Amino acid sequence: MNDIWDILPGLGDKLAAHVVLSASAIGLAMLIALPMAVWASRSPVVARITLGLASLVQTIPALALLALFFPLLLSLRAVFGEGLPTLGFLPALMALTLYALLPILRNAVTAQANLDPGVLEAADGVGMTRWQKLALVEAPLSAPFIMAGIRTASVWTIGAATLATTIGQPSLGDPIFAGLQTQNWALVLAGCVASAGLALAADNLLWVIEVGLAKRSRIQTFGGVAVVMLGILAALWAQGAGSDDRRIVIASKQFSEQYILAQLIGARLEAAGHAVEYRDGLGSAVVHSAVASSAIDISVDYTGTVWTNYLKRADNPGREAMYDAIREWEWQTNGVKVLGRLGFENAYAFAMRENRAAELGVASLTDLVAVAPRLTVGGDPEFFERPEWIAVRDAYGLRFAGTRNFAPTFMYNALQSGEADVISAYTSDGRIAADRLLVLADPKGALPSYDAMLMLSPRIAQDQGVIAALTPLIGAISVEAMREANLAVDREDAAKMTPKAAAAQLAVKAGI
Amino acid sequence: MTAAAPILLFDRVICRFGDITAVGGVTCVIAAGSFVALVGASGSGKSTLLKTVNTLVAPTEGRVLFGGEDVSALNPARLRRRVGYVFQGVGLFPHFPVGENIAIGPRLAGEKLPPERIAELLALVELDPAMARRMPDELSGGQRQRVGVARALAGEPELLIMDEPFGALDPVTRAALGNKVRELHGALGLTTVMVTHDMAEALLLADRVLVMDGGRIVADETPRALLAGEGGDVAQGLVAVPREQAERLAAMEGRLA
Repeated sequence: MNDIWDILPGLGDKLAAHVVLSASAIGLAMLIALPMAVWASRSPVVARITLGLASLVQTIPALALLALFFPLLLSLRAVFGEGLPTLGFLPALMALTLYALLPILRNAVTAQANLDPGVLEAADGVGMTRWQKLALVEAPLSAPFIMAGIRTASVWTIGAATLATTIGQPSLGDPIFAGLQTQNWALVLAGCVASAGLALAADNLLWVIEVGLAKRSRIQTFGGVAVVMLGILAALWAQGAGSDDRRIVIASKQFSEQYILAQLIGARLEAAGHAVEYRDGLGSAVVHSAVASSAIDISVDYTGTVWTNYLKRADNPGREAMYDAIREWEWQTNGVKVLGRLGFENAYAFAMRENRAAELGVASLTDLVAVAPRLTVGGDPEFFERPEWIAVRDAYGLRFAGTRNFAPTFMYNALQSGEADVISAYTSDGRIAADRLLVLADPKGALPSYDAMLMLSPRIAQDQGVIAALTPLIGAISVEAMREANLAVDREDAAKMTPKAAAAQLAVKAGI
Repeated sequence: MTAAAPILLFDRVICRFGDITAVGGVTCVIAAGSFVALVGASGSGKSTLLKTVNTLVAPTEGRVLFGGEDVSALNPARLRRRVGYVFQGVGLFPHFPVGENIAIGPRLAGEKLPPERIAELLALVELDPAMARRMPDELSGGQRQRVGVARALAGEPELLIMDEPFGALDPVTRAALGNKVRELHGALGLTTVMVTHDMAEALLLADRVLVMDGGRIVADETPRALLAGEGGDVAQGLVAVPREQAERLAAMEGRLA
């Protein structure tokens, strides 16, 4: 297991991206909130509406707020054209800006409301115009309180920016999400330490400015502002130095197999001389649309997922017919090229501990119906919303005592600890064999097949170099090889590997 | 105060706030150079009437003429620079040193007050010119109000209006500052209108006393006339208080002698 101190120095580019994103969001929030606060201080109605809206935004979980901007921006393409980015910096900036509004706005409005009425009367009495009163009296006297609001906003924003990873914006969330999925706790800790350190540094620096404003010490105030500016400039410079021509962007969803395959694809492309970039830990729905819009170039998706979620089909025409229909549909409707199938299936399946299944006399989903009312079923966060679950539930008439959501890697732990009796497992998961799990048979064929497919965005669909580099992967990965690689990443003993190492081993196993 | 030109004219001024009538029809002329005290109980409308002069309050009906011009037609910022305003809250700007507080009016007009002039203004209110660099929170209450007066005088106003200017001060400071203002009034040739609820202060400082009750002026007399029993019941009720105090003090002195 990597030591956290070895990982931290490698997070420089993530830190730079994190700083630029957070600073942009706070800067934009200030540009919006401060004029709004001035307006609100002149009109109680405006104050009530703006504070109400900003509070409402706060009640939306940050993760959901970030995700909501993807469909919003996608629909806005009708107005602004196809060039509008739907993933990455823009939606992350918009969501975090909304999030940062409330503390700035609330502190600014409160500061103005609490100004000494005598001082305001004097400002009018000596003949100040509205603007003079704002610039000479209200703004300087409110500044320390507004700065306190900016401090709060900064700490929140730096924390919430780790979630930008899920919509494809590089940040210090990348190591956290990657580490969570692969149970690499050093990586999680490194990401947390870095973002917490950044938040503390920002908080202290802004505190210096706040005190400078309160003491009316110009040296302290401007010194603090200068250090903040230097930090942002350094981050911008570091980011600018790293970015050149558009790289090939490879996506991975939030489970180990996706991280491994992304590394496998990336290694092959790099060997062929392409510059690549990884967008790890994306939501499943985001990945599909992102490839269609060329925000992401390469992903691995599964036939059953595309069939039910995007073709909106509930029937099961059989493995080959399904694949052919998807291939045709992706090309015709999205311009996405399905390069081929990797050779293994990662199907949804229901799994139980072998001894528990024997005890209850369960071997198939049909057997499960009778005992289900006494059992708890666990699924990944999206599972109980997915058509696959609804199809199985309705086909067999399954009624469980309860349903619980777990992050994919924790589902297996839940099964071992008894927090779930049945889980929605994945057939390529190495832990099925390692944990002595029984995959329940599906005699009614309610679950579709889930062949892993290599998807290329419209942008690179015709790129012969990319196609040549990736074609050897087609049909090359057996389910056994994939399980072994997955287990290597998911296990928690000394043999645990990084996704990159597991990908290299998988390449050897597959003979490519 | 004979045959002086009117500097201020209240013409049937009415001020209503919702259902409450604070000023219920005031008509009154104030001659240039006079020192007028506006006296009444709390809620009699005296502060509201005063604030119509520099348009901190706009009359619901009627008009206020300053130097012959309707104040509502003047640019409020420019009008307020011609009218020195001193009030109980003082309202020094806590983020400016004393000198900048004094110089704010001219600064707003685009004029930079030289340090000598600031020193002179501080000297006028009997403060050490070195105080110009101090921050307001380093001053005592009395010193702050002296700075408030200096700030009001910095723009060389034609008219000084004061709203309970000494209300928050201790009696010794209060008497000293009252006398100082009266002295400056004479020396600088000001016209002064002072709102106070203290009839003794009004009688001692002003040369004309207007008594307000329920939003109207119920008496308009010289101090001498008021002491002679003129002005009606309300005014005499207010005069009775300091008179009785003075008589009791005199009686005590008599017993001691």
